[in-house]
Amino acid sequence: MATSLPNINEIMDVCLLAGKIMLENGAETYRVEDTMSRIAAGYGIKQSHSFVTPTGIIFSADGSESTKLARILERSTDLRKVTMVNSLSRQISSGEVPLAQARHQLKMLETARLAYPAFLKVTAAAIASGCFLIMFQGQWRDFLPAFIAGGVGYFCAVNLDRFVRVKFFSESLAAFVIGLLALIFVSLEIGLEMDKIIIGSVMPLVPGLLITNAVRDLMAGHLVSGLSKGAEAFLTAFAIGTGIAVVFSFL
Amino acid sequence: MIEQLITSFIAAAAFGIIFNAPKNSLLQCGFVGMLGWAVYLFFVSYRFDPVLGTLAASFIVAFVSQIFAKIFRTPMIIFSVAGVIPLVPGGIAYDAMRNFVQNDYNAAIQLAAKAFMLSGSIAIGLIFSEVIYRVFQKS
Repeated sequence: MATSLPNINEIMDVCLLAGKIMLENGAETYRVEDTMSRIAAGYGIKQSHSFVTPTGIIFSADGSESTKLARILERSTDLRKVTMVNSLSRQISSGEVPLAQARHQLKMLETARLAYPAFLKVTAAAIASGCFLIMFQGQWRDFLPAFIAGGVGYFCAVNLDRFVRVKFFSESLAAFVIGLLALIFVSLEIGLEMDKIIIGSVMPLVPGLLITNAVRDLMAGHLVSGLSKGAEAFLTAFAIGTGIAVVFSFL
Repeated sequence: MIEQLITSFIAAAAFGIIFNAPKNSLLQCGFVGMLGWAVYLFFVSYRFDPVLGTLAASFIVAFVSQIFAKIFRTPMIIFSVAGVIPLVPGGIAYDAMRNFVQNDYNAAIQLAAKAFMLSGSIAIGLIFSEVIYRVFQKS
């Protein structure tokens, strides 16, 4: 049955590619596993096994001698790609997409830049910072300082990452810049409450998605990925804390 | 109250942009975020424990996200991530860190434990609502 599939290697490639794109862009572990087995089933592999962690996917299919591995080096959040792979996998399981076309689409998607323009993202981060300030019972007078500090902080986090290549370092530098800006604003008496300004503008950097995904994975029984996501979240939180802490030592 | 609702709507939608949510789902992201924050504020204003408020809010967020996911045929995570963001205990985690730095470890540990409880209750709320949804789906 399964041995009658001549192109089993290609099917596995497509499954892995889909899993890789989803994982790199912030999908939950169970969704990655689910999508890969759904694609495999759509092309006639009845039984497939996958082991998904944040740093790599191991995938094997019944009827194939080989087991394949995909390494995940960079992780970010791009929910649009997750959505697109998800809808592609739905089409595959209803038998609408031939194998070659699915492969082509996934390859296109892997390298595509679908993100919103960087300017819009920075503006969004700045607006979100200002809004968080209000939500945490801040005063409207502090809106502008939080707006500026949050935007600059997010800009730093995104762009420094390209140069330093160590996420921990770029995040703590961004947090440092935020703290410094807040300090300057307060000492120039443009802003009033330094704590609230910092909390608001740090929010775009806070690993909220990671923390909740980590606990969710743990409870769903994906112990390895839960623990490693938790470690990543802790590192990010620690990086932000370190950056802010340096500013406090100036006080 | 109204300024809280409006700012939480905008903040959640802005987070949708940061996370690259598809354009036509940004309004729903904002709505889910606003709903979650409103539930949280409701609980806190009646002097319930913030942990309980967060639990209820994330439960509602996940529930509405699931309905949206069904309607718009997209993964649920798009809506739930943006909706959960306002509930993340960023302020408490920050206070904890600040106390650690200032060598006040007792206060820091207390705050850190609180932040941990809050983020745990977000996750439990999400899972709880997923389980209930699945049970309903089967029956």
